[in-house]
Amino acid sequence: MSLFGDALAWILDGGHWGGPTGIDTRLWQHLAVTFAAVALAAAVAIPLGVLIGHTGRGRLVVVATAGAVRAVPTLGLLTLLGLWLGIGLTAPLLALVVLAFPSLLAGAYAGVESADRGAVDAARSLGMSEWQLVLRVELPLGAAVVIGGLRAATLQVVATATLAAYLSDTGLGRYLFAGLKSRDYPQMLAGALLVAALALLLDVALAFVQRACRGPAPLAPSDAAPEAAPAKG
Amino acid sequence: MTWLEANRSYVLDMLLQHVQIAVPAVLISIVAAVALGRLAWRWRRVGAVVLGATSLLYSVPALPLLIVIPVVLSIPLRSDLNLIIALALYGTALLAGTALDAFRSVDPRVREAAEALGHSRAGIWWKVDLPLSFPVLLSGIRVITVSTVSLVTIGALVGIQSLGNLLTDGFQRGIHAEIVTGIVLTILVAVVLDVLLVLVGALVTPWRRRTPRARSRRRADDTAAVSA
Repeated sequence: MSLFGDALAWILDGGHWGGPTGIDTRLWQHLAVTFAAVALAAAVAIPLGVLIGHTGRGRLVVVATAGAVRAVPTLGLLTLLGLWLGIGLTAPLLALVVLAFPSLLAGAYAGVESADRGAVDAARSLGMSEWQLVLRVELPLGAAVVIGGLRAATLQVVATATLAAYLSDTGLGRYLFAGLKSRDYPQMLAGALLVAALALLLDVALAFVQRACRGPAPLAPSDAAPEAAPAKG
Repeated sequence: MTWLEANRSYVLDMLLQHVQIAVPAVLISIVAAVALGRLAWRWRRVGAVVLGATSLLYSVPALPLLIVIPVVLSIPLRSDLNLIIALALYGTALLAGTALDAFRSVDPRVREAAEALGHSRAGIWWKVDLPLSFPVLLSGIRVITVSTVSLVTIGALVGIQSLGNLLTDGFQRGIHAEIVTGIVLTILVAVVLDVLLVLVGALVTPWRRRTPRARSRRRADDTAAVSA
């Protein structure tokens, strides 16, 4: 158990902060990669999910992609893309975008779909255009579910961004792999603790956002917020 | 294909290793999650705490968990046991909530009727609760089976052998065929186990076959699991 003490000492050691391989730099890299991947995936997945939820067409696509991506080993995707695109950030970034996609798609689709049909019909009969329906009724009502998808995707990506260090000199995963290679358990454990702490913090933060979006309780008992179970990475 | 032919016994070894890690992890998850789900169903307050803790656990990334477990339990980093424990923790975290939903899906009137007929508590559990909640439970088990099989590959990064070795080894030596073989076989293991689960499910819940009404109910349960 004193290993935890060693790992903490490793994290607190001033020499491990600052510079191109410092903890602060790695932390920012990790966050930057995570946000970039989630943002890129969201730019396509959320509009697509909203479209599917609004029109009700293409539902099977959502279910199928969610199931299929869960079965594909993340490491396989990462290494295969790594061989094709070479060492560097492109391959892991692409893999992370692919990973984030299904959760975001499912969240957006389920969120829009979960909006109370009565409210949507009422808004339509008041003369709202389809755009207004989506932006003023369906998305606000389904916001918590959409954020749930975002939360699942972020969690998955921040975890998998650790593996990105296998292919490129990026993120907190570096400490893990460096420690593994040189049998430096404190460094490895320090990396593990930093990644876990970051993931927990992000998850808790997004959980708060999600709760804030939930607003007043819905009239119908439609509390079954469908959060696609994230594939682990 | 030639790579596969030349390395058949190695691939077969890794495949077996993979199954030997995934199957125990799933079995432990099922037992633990059913117990936790039952606990949460009976005592709401305890349940909220337990389910909160499991969802927190689920947000810990896999690779770091593989490094923390050996320190806490003093077991070797490069052991199957390490990976099985990590996977069982995730499986339990993911399945416990579904198990609670499964027990809640049982109509309380059926339970009351069984009680009125003189069934004991244990009898109600084995003959009413478990069979009637089984379809929802099974859909959750299918989800964790697929994700567990895929996650076993991560072990290769710390030196625990599985099909994941084909991924890391193929990457390091630049053999596309090896990586593709690893991916395809991992998916194949997941699909085979999934089919087995569906068959077992059909065998133990014979009342859900045939009638159109059963079919539509089954579809409802499956959708519930996808979104669970």
